[in-house]
Amino acid sequence: MGYTFHFGDVFAYWPLLLQGSINTLLYSAFGMLAGLAIGILGAVWRNSQYFPLRWIAASYVELVRNTPMLVQLFVFFFALPSVGVRLSSTTAALLALTFNNGAYMTEIVRSGIENVHRSQREAALSLGLTRWHIFRHVVLFQALEKIYPAMIGQFTLLMLSSSLISSIGADDLTAFGSRIQSENFRAFEVYIACGAIYLGLTFLLQYVAMVSARFMFPRRRALAIR
Amino acid sequence: MRDLSVNDLLTLPGAALWTLALSLMAFVGGGLVGGLIALGRTSRAGWLRTVCAAYIQVLQGTPLLIQLFIWYFGLSVAGMNLSPLVAAAIAFTLNSSAFFAEIWRGSIEAIPRPQWEAAASLGLTRLQQINYVIVPQAVRIALAPTVGFMVQIIKNTSLAALIGFIELARQGQIITNVTFAPMPVYMTVGAIYFVICFPLSILSRHLERRFHAGRAAH
Repeated sequence: MGYTFHFGDVFAYWPLLLQGSINTLLYSAFGMLAGLAIGILGAVWRNSQYFPLRWIAASYVELVRNTPMLVQLFVFFFALPSVGVRLSSTTAALLALTFNNGAYMTEIVRSGIENVHRSQREAALSLGLTRWHIFRHVVLFQALEKIYPAMIGQFTLLMLSSSLISSIGADDLTAFGSRIQSENFRAFEVYIACGAIYLGLTFLLQYVAMVSARFMFPRRRALAIR
Repeated sequence: MRDLSVNDLLTLPGAALWTLALSLMAFVGGGLVGGLIALGRTSRAGWLRTVCAAYIQVLQGTPLLIQLFIWYFGLSVAGMNLSPLVAAAIAFTLNSSAFFAEIWRGSIEAIPRPQWEAAASLGLTRLQQINYVIVPQAVRIALAPTVGFMVQIIKNTSLAALIGFIELARQGQIITNVTFAPMPVYMTVGAIYFVICFPLSILSRHLERRFHAGRAAH
């Protein structure tokens, strides 16, 4: 093929790549935290004694997990304005990421809650804790500890799939990459560089997750990531 | 601009055939490559394991969209013009091969060590051990996650829309562009994906339960 790579033309744009990386991390962090909040609520609803709540949570999970995120993104950004909800591309991207991730987190958190042993709840009840206190202090914390590796895996997938938000004009790393290659016509090098950055971000994420587990879960059971 | 008619929506199932065709390519191609990588990942040769691990890490650690852009926009700059279909087929095949390799590696490693040793003591060669002892047992474990990943593949093919390949998602965009009726169009598009994916999800869950039930009985 005899193609000569010119990565210099790409690194000249390093401030944009840096900005894009930061934005990608911010989008993913928001999607993760908001998704976790929805996931906890969804998991509680999934196990609720009220049928409508169970049904809503279950349909939400199935709906999200069986349709592509790209279509969900299009609904938030292109379709919602036609019913009067006008969102900026950033807002639509954040909502879609949260909406998507929330469903996966619901399933993950649910499996964690179901894996907390019954005797834990019984012990808490016999200590006279209220339902809320049992959930907050006994069940939830142990559940999160158990699902920590799965959560980090989902966070990684979320960060990679956040590249899709560039298609509705949000300013993440992929969007900056596309902009750079339209200026310097070095699509090959630009996208390879972007791929390398994403790879670096996943390593960074896994490292941070490993270190923070040490502080969050002193019992260290969650350190079995990997 | 014109109004959305039923005929517009009726073009969507036809486009969904391309979604299925792309998924099939990714499944078959990714399955073949992924099988080889899974064997390499569990091989006795250290260097081969490292190479396969790096392959999986790179493909799983970068966004599929970027991989697609490299094959489509990147290679055309480098002088190799791939059609959107070919670029998408290559990108999806390689990407799913990495995921299949990981799923199947896990299934192979779930087979207890003594099975290998027993097979070896019967005088089977490495290939025969894999063929007659390991794979038949690993398939049982791998079935549910493999079907589950097929759902992922089908959803992933929607990314081909972003390099202009006309499948379900892209056809939805095209209709939206002429009719300005995004809500009904994207809802229909989503519904078609759901109709394709949901039965597979159910099947995957069913297989998983059956497998676990089988294990509990032992």
